[in-house]
Amino acid sequence: MTATVPPVRHSSKTPSPGGRRAAGGRTPLSRLRLPARLRRASLPYVLLLPALALELLIHLVPMVVGVVMSFKELTQFFISDWSAAPWKGLDNYRVAVDFNAPVGEDLLKSFLVTCEFTVLAVGLSWLFGTAAAILMQDAFRGRGLLRAVFLVPYALPVYAAVITWSFMFQRDTGMINHVIHDQLHLTDGRPFWLIGDNSFFALVTVSVWRQWPFAFLCLMAGLQNIPRELYEAAAMDGAGIWQQIRRITLPSLRPVNQVLVLVLFLWTFNDFNTPYVLFGRAAPDAADLISIHIYQSSFVTWNFGSGSAMSVLLLLFLLVVTVLYLLATSLRRKDA
Amino acid sequence: MPDARSPMAAPRSFVWTRRIVLTVLTAFALAPVFVMVVSSLKPLQDVQGPFRWFPSGFTLRPYADIWHTVPLARYFVNSLLVAGGATLCSVAVAIFAAYAVSRYDFKGRRFFSVTILSTQMFPGILFLLPLFLIFVNLGNATGIALYGSRGGLILTYLTFSLPFSIWMLAGYFDSIPRDLDEAAMVDGCGPLGALFRVVVPAAVPGIVAVCVYAFMTAWGEVLFASVMTNDTTRTLAVGLQGYATQTDVYWNQVMAASLVVSVPVVAGFLLLQRYLVAGLTAGAVK
Amino acid sequence: MHITRTTAAATLAAALIASATACGGGSSTDGSGNGSPKELTYWASNQGASLEADKATLTPELEKFEKQTGIKVKLEVIPWSDLLNRILAAATSGQGPDVLNIGNTWSASLQATGALRPFDAKAFDAIGGKDRFVSSALGATGAEGKDPAAVPLYSLAYGLYYNKKMFADAGIANPPATWDELVADGKKLTKGGKYGLAVEGGNLSENVHHAFVFGKQHGADFFDASGKPTFTTPEAVTAVKQYIDFIAKDKITAPGNAEYAANQSVADFATGKAAMLLWQAAGSSLKSHGMKPEDYGVAQVPFQTAGASGDTAVNSMVAGINLAVFKKTDNVDGALKFVKFMTSDDEQKLLNGTYGSLPPVKAAQSDPAFATPDLKVLADALANSAAPLPQVANESQFETAVGTAMKDLFADAAAGKPVTTESVKAALEKAQQQMPAS
Repeated sequence: MTATVPPVRHSSKTPSPGGRRAAGGRTPLSRLRLPARLRRASLPYVLLLPALALELLIHLVPMVVGVVMSFKELTQFFISDWSAAPWKGLDNYRVAVDFNAPVGEDLLKSFLVTCEFTVLAVGLSWLFGTAAAILMQDAFRGRGLLRAVFLVPYALPVYAAVITWSFMFQRDTGMINHVIHDQLHLTDGRPFWLIGDNSFFALVTVSVWRQWPFAFLCLMAGLQNIPRELYEAAAMDGAGIWQQIRRITLPSLRPVNQVLVLVLFLWTFNDFNTPYVLFGRAAPDAADLISIHIYQSSFVTWNFGSGSAMSVLLLLFLLVVTVLYLLATSLRRKDA
Repeated sequence: MPDARSPMAAPRSFVWTRRIVLTVLTAFALAPVFVMVVSSLKPLQDVQGPFRWFPSGFTLRPYADIWHTVPLARYFVNSLLVAGGATLCSVAVAIFAAYAVSRYDFKGRRFFSVTILSTQMFPGILFLLPLFLIFVNLGNATGIALYGSRGGLILTYLTFSLPFSIWMLAGYFDSIPRDLDEAAMVDGCGPLGALFRVVVPAAVPGIVAVCVYAFMTAWGEVLFASVMTNDTTRTLAVGLQGYATQTDVYWNQVMAASLVVSVPVVAGFLLLQRYLVAGLTAGAVK
Repeated sequence: MHITRTTAAATLAAALIASATACGGGSSTDGSGNGSPKELTYWASNQGASLEADKATLTPELEKFEKQTGIKVKLEVIPWSDLLNRILAAATSGQGPDVLNIGNTWSASLQATGALRPFDAKAFDAIGGKDRFVSSALGATGAEGKDPAAVPLYSLAYGLYYNKKMFADAGIANPPATWDELVADGKKLTKGGKYGLAVEGGNLSENVHHAFVFGKQHGADFFDASGKPTFTTPEAVTAVKQYIDFIAKDKITAPGNAEYAANQSVADFATGKAAMLLWQAAGSSLKSHGMKPEDYGVAQVPFQTAGASGDTAVNSMVAGINLAVFKKTDNVDGALKFVKFMTSDDEQKLLNGTYGSLPPVKAAQSDPAFATPDLKVLADALANSAAPLPQVANESQFETAVGTAMKDLFADAAAGKPVTTESVKAALEKAQQQMPAS
């Protein structure tokens, strides 16, 4: 893949004619005998080529294969020879969306749980990240250290971090119950966190813990591009610090937020590692995320056709949400 | 480091909010780390015992044992190579693509953006097998061993982080005033000259953020690594599960090993974090 | 520049076409292009205290094999967390090892994929005959009526581990032989924050293993002769309920056990928080949790009635590891030679001795290494009262569906919700609906 990068970089050293002097025709060093206008028009495509080629190879082609799989009866009887698997047409889809039958009903339930989980986890992660980034915009003693500390959850290996949380959530020996029951006496009995309905909150907690440093990182970087003059002008107008945050900081973060929230949304929605390590291959109903559900419907049951059909439905849903989101946020951006 | 905001002294309400919020967040971020440290210092039979703030019976044994239970050093080097390689390639590719998306209004721009993003919507577990097939067949057709090699893993991970890297970088590039690169072009730079002389330096915080993101994506990935690696190329994220063996789960060693391998990463963050606040204020003022 | 890009594009296109047309049609065995008949790739499962320890155990044996036959064996020890996915990927692409270990409960499922080479009469001749193996272990090598997909390599069975001191303190002379006795003893032992029995309620496989044994004892099979799931028969419901009742009704198990999925039950037993434990060869784990061998005893897992016989005289599943030959191997002879070597009396004694498991090869069992009191109990169970889990292609679905149902029932019981025959039946009904129609 790196083979495609050098030509681009090479031409960057070439004193390019640039758009506005293009009328002059060929450049002295031009090797490509293309009219300058065409070169200019093709430049964005050349820039995108490496990214496109890679995504095509690693994601898009396998995704197309995945879509093909969803129309096949790809059970364990056929995985060693896919071409022999019989076509099933839309059967896999029909089973997945038949919400009166057990498979469809469970899928729908899992989908709704995932939606709730995602809204909560993304909201909190964003909130924590924004709060920390804004509060740490001004220099104070220990700021650098604190920045690194906040990135620690991000640096710890997922497996070990989530296992640690599961230790903490254990009913009889965990830190959480020790604090809320033994020390603060907030609950009557010792609640379970890893089984039953509370598992939802356990999952949200761990997910937020893992995600918010990422939000923090992006927003902190985003804050650096807000011109200082804006604040100075606002201060001259007598705006206090809270007003500055509301009137300058938050609106300026909008482009970063647009991407960040979308990223967090997709990421959380498809998160597999956290629930898998926390609950094993059978998550409690209250925390049965769709990724785990699809994993069960494909790897555990070895029915890759049905799992693929569910994934394609998921893909369509996320695509619709994403496009709507982008339309909505872009419109707002233009209004603003 | 100059403050981004006005030098006006912060009011008390702000200072107190800051203290409280940051304290709570620090406790939240570090609570599991505390448990990890304490667990890593316990003998195995005590690890699952009741939680106590100040447990008794410390031992450093786990820190010595971690190197023999699994080849931790080898896994660490593998992870470093794979994550480092994926980060460099991903960010390089993303810078070009993000520049195109941010600065050019070409045909198909929106389509490209959504397509790139759509790759993040398909659950990884389902293109695992197709990708494996492609790698094996590519290997058979070209003789380049992608399956089981670090190169294959780098290639895979770089595409995992690429879409978001492009999007995030395009966002940061957008926030850099276009006048700056136009000025550079008037000075005789080509579009790529403008990219590397003006836009990239101004976007350093964003690029660092993207680097961290790309690195951590590759550093922590479990599923693909578990299938695409073997003995010699296994990465840490998967390798740590080697402490859970048939006879026992060495929880204390899992924790000790995780802490040991995280120290260099956190140290890296500490070094990098000052570049997170360079950027426009420092780089782009002509 | 241009040329590189074109070449790259062409290579890419060619490869994509190749992958699109040649789905599943991989050729040779290993990524390193191992086509030589003088070399084999072996995927070993993790059996010992660590991957490195396994490597140290196996390497000298592989060298021995190379000396005998001139065939070099490339070893990779694969952790359990990765093994099944690696096998699936190998089955899909055709690129895998020559010889590999599999969990014996996967036998029928993997057999259905056709990725493993069946052991027909000829293959058995090549490795020294079928009669050399313990018959119960041979029962867990694939569907009935088909050539086995693998041969047994290491075997195990469940035993009842009990804390001698806690039994003596409670005035219990002998370990229980029936479940009624176990519950009665458990009630005596349950006091002052200590409990009679520890269970691993959040572990799907453990749940299913016990449900299977209780089912056998009540005369329930979870599948009928045609392989259709029959989870909701009154016998099956009784069986599952009996196990859940340890928390729900008998209260001889701590409610917290409902969430155990990381071998906390072993830790609880070792630290005296529970007086009994149903486990397979817990010796080395107990030791690493600080319990001395003289502090615990091992007895047969109880039956429903004393002196049970026939089909209801089952008190363990057949646990163990099988050895299989990958179908796409280019070195069948060498692979079979290696299987023969690994199942030879000497290797069986040595390897099972190291790993604390039981040799499924009859001749090797007589070795004094397997005559310790606890292993003798387990060997007795394996030989006389162990039955293999259902050998159906849907075995892994069965484990997940029923295991999850039981985990949820345990969760209800622990939360104080009533567990009734109806609620157990409803949970099993739901599990049955999740099974594939075929």
